[in-house]
Amino acid sequence: MNFENQGVIKRLADQYGPENLAVVLGNGEANGVEVFAETVTQGDPSYAGPLAGVALKIPVYHVLEEEVIAAVPDQLREEKLQLSALVIDVEPMHSVLQAARDKI
Amino acid sequence: MQKGKKIIAIGERDGVPGPVIAECLEGAGYEVVFQATECFV
Repeated sequence: MNFENQGVIKRLADQYGPENLAVVLGNGEANGVEVFAETVTQGDPSYAGPLAGVALKIPVYHVLEEEVIAAVPDQLREEKLQLSALVIDVEPMHSVLQAARDKI
Repeated sequence: MQKGKKIIAIGERDGVPGPVIAECLEGAGYEVVFQATECFV
């Protein structure tokens, strides 16, 4: 996750409290999802960004996971997410993100 | 996902972009407090 976004997330966590936040990802491939998840739950694993050593424990989801997409109104889901859902394999990401949420 | 959470949407250029995630989550009744689109090249 780039440092600019890490900085914004840190500021939002200070402002609203991390317990009131959720991160929703839109990654196209499973590569990188684990690093994103670790960054917002346990801290930046590269120890280089603003979230280095900061365990915010913010629950993290992918927009195509059932827990998220089921809440999106039908018409919006069909217009905006249906095509992505055909080409993105969310299952491996779900496993990684569920494991990250279970550790919170 | 628990109702009432404030959403940070981090999209990806080659996946689902941030504005699309934000629009879908707002339609689902969530407040989106930040959205961005990352790009892996």
